[in-house]
Amino acid sequence: MQWYWLPEYAPKFVDGLLVTLQLLGLSIFLGMCLAIPIGLVQVTGPRPLAWAARAFCTMIRGTPLLIQLWLVYYGLGSLFPSVPGIRESFLWPILREAFPYAIFAFTLSVAGYEGEVMRGAFRGVPKGELEAARAFGMHPFTVLRRIWLPRALQNVFPTLAGEMVLTLKSTPLAATITIFEVYGVSTIVRQETYRIYEPLLFVGGLYICLTGAIVLLFRWAENRIPRARAG
Amino acid sequence: MNAFMASIPWELLSLSPPGWGGNLLRGLAKTFQIALGAYILGLMIGLAGALGKIYGGPILRWGLETYTTLIRAVPELVLILLLYYAGTDLLNQTLEALGYERVDISGLAAGIYVLGFVQGAYATEVLRGAILAVPAGQVEAAAAFGMSWVQRHRRIVVPAMIPFALPGLANLWLIVTKDTALLAVVGFSELALETRQAAGATKSYFLFYVIAAALYLSLTLVSNVVFRWIERRYRRGQPELG
Repeated sequence: MQWYWLPEYAPKFVDGLLVTLQLLGLSIFLGMCLAIPIGLVQVTGPRPLAWAARAFCTMIRGTPLLIQLWLVYYGLGSLFPSVPGIRESFLWPILREAFPYAIFAFTLSVAGYEGEVMRGAFRGVPKGELEAARAFGMHPFTVLRRIWLPRALQNVFPTLAGEMVLTLKSTPLAATITIFEVYGVSTIVRQETYRIYEPLLFVGGLYICLTGAIVLLFRWAENRIPRARAG
Repeated sequence: MNAFMASIPWELLSLSPPGWGGNLLRGLAKTFQIALGAYILGLMIGLAGALGKIYGGPILRWGLETYTTLIRAVPELVLILLLYYAGTDLLNQTLEALGYERVDISGLAAGIYVLGFVQGAYATEVLRGAILAVPAGQVEAAAAFGMSWVQRHRRIVVPAMIPFALPGLANLWLIVTKDTALLAVVGFSELALETRQAAGATKSYFLFYVIAAALYLSLTLVSNVVFRWIERRYRRGQPELG
């Protein structure tokens, strides 16, 4: 074991860590914004919408994220340049980068998995609570905002912690489309110093720390949610 | 729509060269083989791990706890690279120490070993929960009949835990079929890598990745049907839930 390379590459690892956290934060946030309506329409939506949401979840959950990522980056990315006028448009500088493609792919993946979780969560809220809210004369949207969504999120909070760890563990896939997040930096170290195990073990340790941080964060947040306990 | 369908170079998918369809199907078969092998290896590790976690002494339990925690906290991609390099290195060093020639491990064997080792950690937790869910009275009744520890587990515990374990095990199977795609990064020619080569050679990236996604999806959907059937069979003796 030789660690002489670590001080030299430390700034790169810090940059990589920031990229990893950006990937994680953005895709979780955007993905959850999509997952809530996807879960909701499967419970109450009109049948075609419910069916479409169902098909979306099945498709995302039934294919490897790596293939989705490559489909978005290489597949869509190779179609864009052939669209007339796109290279002159303001979108082109964004479409040339790999990062937006990774965010797009990860967001869809989070939306697919969490849409399924949210479907169960919305269904699990006791009917009586929703009826009570309606009896108070709340607008359907108010019911959703005040009662249905908070109660649903509260019930699946532990599940969401696990899902967030899974998303964290899928971020290294972004390295395969030239994004240098933490794992990507370790591949640079491997290529430049010919050390195989140390960089891998080092990022492995970093991911364990990040996983631990997520678990602790969610446990702290969970304790802050007031909840009536039976018995 | 018709013009769009006609503009897709379908001939690239024909089964014999210059088409790449045959390569994709061979890749799918490889993916299935690796997934099945890794799943079976994972189940064996998982069963041993679960029994060790429940009945083992403090040192064994601590070791297994470390194994399941570490494996589940580190990304699969990092694990695959670590296990792949470490595994082949270790094997070759052992062979050299014993005075044999170095060997190249086949992609299939290495893929099965790496993914199986990762699956084992998840399977340990699934099976541990399932074993603990078997009513204690049934095991005590078996002991009262004078069955030995091995007989109790072979005849009572393992068959009785299967219904509890099946949903988790079905999930693990779906995960392992998708995780095989990660082996493309280490250079095994399973479906993901075959697709990448086909897409790179023909420049029809979109077409080939969509086809690959469809192949993975069909594997998942067929697996779902099979697992639903198995679950119905194993739940025969259980009262309906809900």
